[in-house]
Order: sequence, then C-alpha cells, then structure tokens
Amino acid sequence: MDLAMIADSIIVKVILSIAGVMIVFTINALFATWLERKVAGHIQLRLGPMEVGFHGVLQGAADGLKLIAKEIITPKGVDKKLFALAPYLAFFPTLLMFVVIPFSDKLQVRDLNIGLLYFFSISCIATIGIFMAGWASNNKYSLMGAVRSIAQSIAYEIPIILSILSVVIITQSLKLSEIVSYQSKFWIVLVQPVAFVVYVISAIAELNRTPFDIPEAESELVAGFHTEYSGMRFAVFFMAEYTNIFLVSAMATTLFLGGWRGPFFPPVVWFFIKTYALVFFIIWVRWAFPRLRPDQLMSFCWKFLTPVALLNLLITTFFMKIF
Amino acid sequence: MDTEKHVLKDFYVNMGPQHPSTHGVLRIVLKVDGEKVMSSETVLGYAHRGVEKMAESKTYIQMMPVMDRFDYVSSMLFEWAYVGCMEKALGITPPERAEYIRVIMAELNRIASHLLWAGAFLLDLGAFTPFLWLFDARERIMDMFEEVTGQRMTNNYFKIGGVADDLTPEFFKMLDEFLNMIRKRMADTETLIESIIFLERVKDIGFISKEDVINYSLTGPVARGSGVNYDLRKNEPYSIYTRFDFEIPLGEKGDCYDRYKVRMREVIQSVRIIEQAVSAIPEGPFAEKAPKIVKLPEGEYYFAVETSRGLLGVYLVSDGSANPYRFKLRDPAFSNLSILDTMLPGNKISDVVAILGSIDVVIPEIDR
Repeated sequence: MDLAMIADSIIVKVILSIAGVMIVFTINALFATWLERKVAGHIQLRLGPMEVGFHGVLQGAADGLKLIAKEIITPKGVDKKLFALAPYLAFFPTLLMFVVIPFSDKLQVRDLNIGLLYFFSISCIATIGIFMAGWASNNKYSLMGAVRSIAQSIAYEIPIILSILSVVIITQSLKLSEIVSYQSKFWIVLVQPVAFVVYVISAIAELNRTPFDIPEAESELVAGFHTEYSGMRFAVFFMAEYTNIFLVSAMATTLFLGGWRGPFFPPVVWFFIKTYALVFFIIWVRWAFPRLRPDQLMSFCWKFLTPVALLNLLITTFFMKIF
Repeated sequence: MDTEKHVLKDFYVNMGPQHPSTHGVLRIVLKVDGEKVMSSETVLGYAHRGVEKMAESKTYIQMMPVMDRFDYVSSMLFEWAYVGCMEKALGITPPERAEYIRVIMAELNRIASHLLWAGAFLLDLGAFTPFLWLFDARERIMDMFEEVTGQRMTNNYFKIGGVADDLTPEFFKMLDEFLNMIRKRMADTETLIESIIFLERVKDIGFISKEDVINYSLTGPVARGSGVNYDLRKNEPYSIYTRFDFEIPLGEKGDCYDRYKVRMREVIQSVRIIEQAVSAIPEGPFAEKAPKIVKLPEGEYYFAVETSRGLLGVYLVSDGSANPYRFKLRDPAFSNLSILDTMLPGNKISDVVAILGSIDVVIPEIDR
C-alpha cells in the first residue's frame, strides 16, 4: 500500500483526527490558562506566573501535575456515581464540538451538513453535567449554583441561536465550510454587527464567566457547582471551561470574522490569531467588571438581548426577501 | 403524588462562619425562598475572647498591644482611644509633634482601612482588579508603618504622653511618594469600579433611613452615608483636628452606593489632612515623660475617637490600683452590624454580600 492509500483509509483518518483534536485541546488548555493569568496579572499591576519556564509558560503543566497528584475527595452523603460522572459529562461535549470547527480549508474533522446545529446541540449537554454535579454534591451552595446555571443556560441559549440564525439566513447554509467560503469578499460581522455583539455577550454568559459568573459566584456560593470537587475532577471542570472559551471564540471567528481567511499567513495561523483575539477579549472583560445579580442577568437576557436578537433576525429576513 | 409534601418550605443557607464573603467568622443564617431572603439571623461569638474581662487582670500598659487586636485594619485608631482615655485620667498632654505624628498615622490608618474595605467590597461583588489596585496603594502605607513602628499591622505605636518613636526622614520620603500617587490611583480605580454593572448592583439596595441611624446608634460612614452629619473629628474635636481644613462627605439616600461613595471621598479628605499636617509639623520631642507604672486616680473615664468605622469609645473605671476595675469598649462595628437583620429580608442572596460589605464589619472587634 502506498502512502496515499494509507492516508485515505478510514481508520487512519479517525486516529489522526483524534490525535489532532487532542493536541489542539491540550495546547489550548495550557495556553489559555497561561494567557488568563498573564493578562489578569498585568491588568492588576503584577506580573502573573514567572517561575516555571519562560515568563511562566509552563505554569499550566505544573498545576496540572499538582492536580493529578492530589487526592480525589468524595464527601459523605454524595451520590457517588453521579458525582464521579458529572465532570466528564461536562467535559466530553467540548471534545465533540471540535469535530466541526474548520481550522483551515482542509483541516476539519467532519464537514457536516448541519455543522452549526450540531455544535450548539452538543454544547447543551455540558449543562446536564453541571446540574448533575450540583445535585450529586449534596451541598446547598452546589445546588443553588446548579439551579442558577440551568436558568442561565436556558435563557442565553435563545439569543445565541437567534443571532446565529441571522447568519444562517444570509449564508443560506448550516455547513460551516460554506459559511466561511461565503465570507471570501467580506466578513459577516460587517453586515451583522448586532448579531455579533449579541453572540459574544451571550457566549460569555453561556461560559459562566464574569460578569455572568453567577453559578460559581465565589462570594455568595463559595464555588457554586464545583464546591465539593477536588483534584483531577476539579481540573476536568476547569479544562472544560477553558476549552469552551476557545470553542465559542472559534465559532465566532468562523461565523462572523471570516474564519481562516486572511492574507500573507497560512489559514491555520489566521484562524488562531482571530480566535485568540476573541479569547483575549473574553479574559479582559472578566477582569474589568463585577458580577451581575441573577435577576438582573435574567431580565437583561429576556427583556433586552432576546428582543434585540429577534428584531435583528426580522430585519435580516426582510432584507434578504427584498434583495 | 402528593405535591404538598414535596414543597421545599424552609430552606436555610448558612453564610459563615467559614464563608468567603463574611471576612472573618461571622455567621448569618439565611432563610431563603429561591434566591430571595425571607429572614436572617446573625450569629456572633466565634472569635470571642473575653477581652473586657481579661483587662481587669492586666495592668494598663499590658492592655496596649491588645488594643491592636480588635480592629486589626485600623489598629492605631484603637490605640489612640485607649491612650487618650488614660491621658485624660492622668492629666498628661502630649507634645505638639506627637499630636501631629498621631494625626498623620491615624489618617494613614484610616486610608489603609478604607482601601482594604473598598477592595474587599468589590471582591464580594465579583470584581477582582480594583482589589489589587487598591492593595498596591495600601501596601505602601504598610511599608511606611513598618519603617516607623517596626510592624505592618498591630503596631503598638502610641503610648501615654506621645508615640513610641520619631518619624524618620525615610518615612517622609515614602509619604511624599504615596501622596503623589494616591489621588490619581483613587480616580483611576473609581473609573474602573463604577461601571454600569456595579451601579446596578449597589444603587437602591440596603436603605438605612436617618431615623434608623439614630435608633440603632450607627456611626461612621454608615451613618454619614444616610446623610447624618456626625463625625467626632468635627462634632467633638479631639487632639488637634480643629487646625485642619477638611470636609465630612455625606450621602443622600443611604443606600450601598452612598456608603461606598462616602468612604471613597473620605480617603481624599484624609489625604488633605495628612498634607496639611506634614507641612505644619513642628520640631521637638515626640513624647512626654510618663509614669513607668500607670495607676489611674479613682474614678470613671471616657474618651472617644472617630475610627474608620465610626465612633469608638473607651470607658475605664479605676479603683486606684494598677489594674482597671472595669474596661468597656463602645465599638462602631458592633452597633453598625445590629441593623443588618432588619435590612436583609426581601433582598436577593447576591444583595446580602453587597449589604454586609457596605456596613464594613471587622469580626474581632465585634466578638471582644
């Protein structure tokens, strides 16, 4: 068998894809945590990690090793099976979501017809993991964090879907490669600025990050749904969070910022530049704002974001019908 | 299924004694309905050490270091109240320079306390960055304290008839640097803090009416946030406060935002006092001669100062021996906390941290 045939065989493709996803995932988990701590440090008049590696680049690896070495504590009175399962249920959807991300014109695990729909449906599963964690922990803080998380996820899913629907109406496709190729002349953000803003705000809320981090509001709920978690199980929640930041940024890049398109550099480089610019923005927001109150968060979603997204969708549909 | 049985009726949430937002071992038992607080009960006593009783078996001087351990973030103001009470009893007046040094140190301590409060308050509301911006400024004050008193906190610097040591030239250099940066740092931080989210969180939350201020005997920024113009430095001036030109910031509505704003503006007023004190400080001795063994003449003595949290009164009863017959503190945080249980019901759980934060309590001061 020659090389081309080997590369063509389905098993090799699957193995390569899994390896690729794992590499991107690992590098992102290390880089995003490092970036967060560095950006936070410099915003807060300090340096951030400096000891492990050049300017602390390997701090994430050191922390990972520490967490692996730690004992996994299962408190009394927890539902053991659910308690153990929950972190992985929150985590695995993030790996599955990598499947449809077009890193470049060739680098995409599967170019599904309904890629966009697939991405957002899978992302909903993580919420079940969070609720499971809060429920199984047998802790009031965890339970309240989980309840808040559910309410928030349901609320913010709607403006997200409405905003991406506007994009879908323009591009007439749910296939991510087609959405990117539609943007060969101009970025969709230019014609859909409102949808972009709504998407980014809702995405931050969906990620449970400040100013929308009420499910894990540490001053009220200690640590929210992961109060009782320690060691690697905690790390898994943590990795899921940072992978999710990357994924929503990657999706925003694909939908609004022209995906991997760009001059001079290879497509993959452009993709990562745009994605990490958004990741940086999300980190920046976290360190600049306090936290909203749950009821303010809800009214902001239902009384402002959703109507705006809906109106935007109506206007988009109207113009698409005329022109 | 009988649904009546499964309705969650009384759901209690414990805030504290170990909780990130109570800043110490305060415990608040909240009865909640969803996110809404139905009733609350404040439980004290987790840091109770029986200090007032302990004082009766200690000499007057032995109580000096203990004064630092009530309110550890504004310890010199507590020292001042105690020292002032003894000086009043003994009829000692500290020299001019000592008075100026006391004012400078007390106002620095007030600033440090307010900076710590603002940082922690914002931390409770979920903003991390202002905390470190303000702590950077507070750290410089701590360095100055270390330079002069040898300690960053619990300074034990005041003594009968003056202070323990003179200010060093190095201290004035550091103070100069600090005064140069603090106004800009405060302005920058306020710009950072007062985003729309912050305003939404603290405005129109946790009202205290003027009547309640008087009924509950609230003092300090909590009272002034409600528009009650009461500050001992102006109302019953002690030491040399009459010589300085400064204002008492007042709030209007008495919500959390007003209390926050009062404290932020007080920092600037304290800076003004320090600037005037530094330019007017005379040369001379920094302490009067005081007796080695202090025995207060028989009688009752009371002296009050304005700490960063409000009115602090020290009441001493002496029977002429080397130990106080009775030692009693009227401390601001305890009185200020007394209104909490009436403020919380009807608010959301998230508001609890904002309201508790805006009252600004230090637990060892409450649990004496």
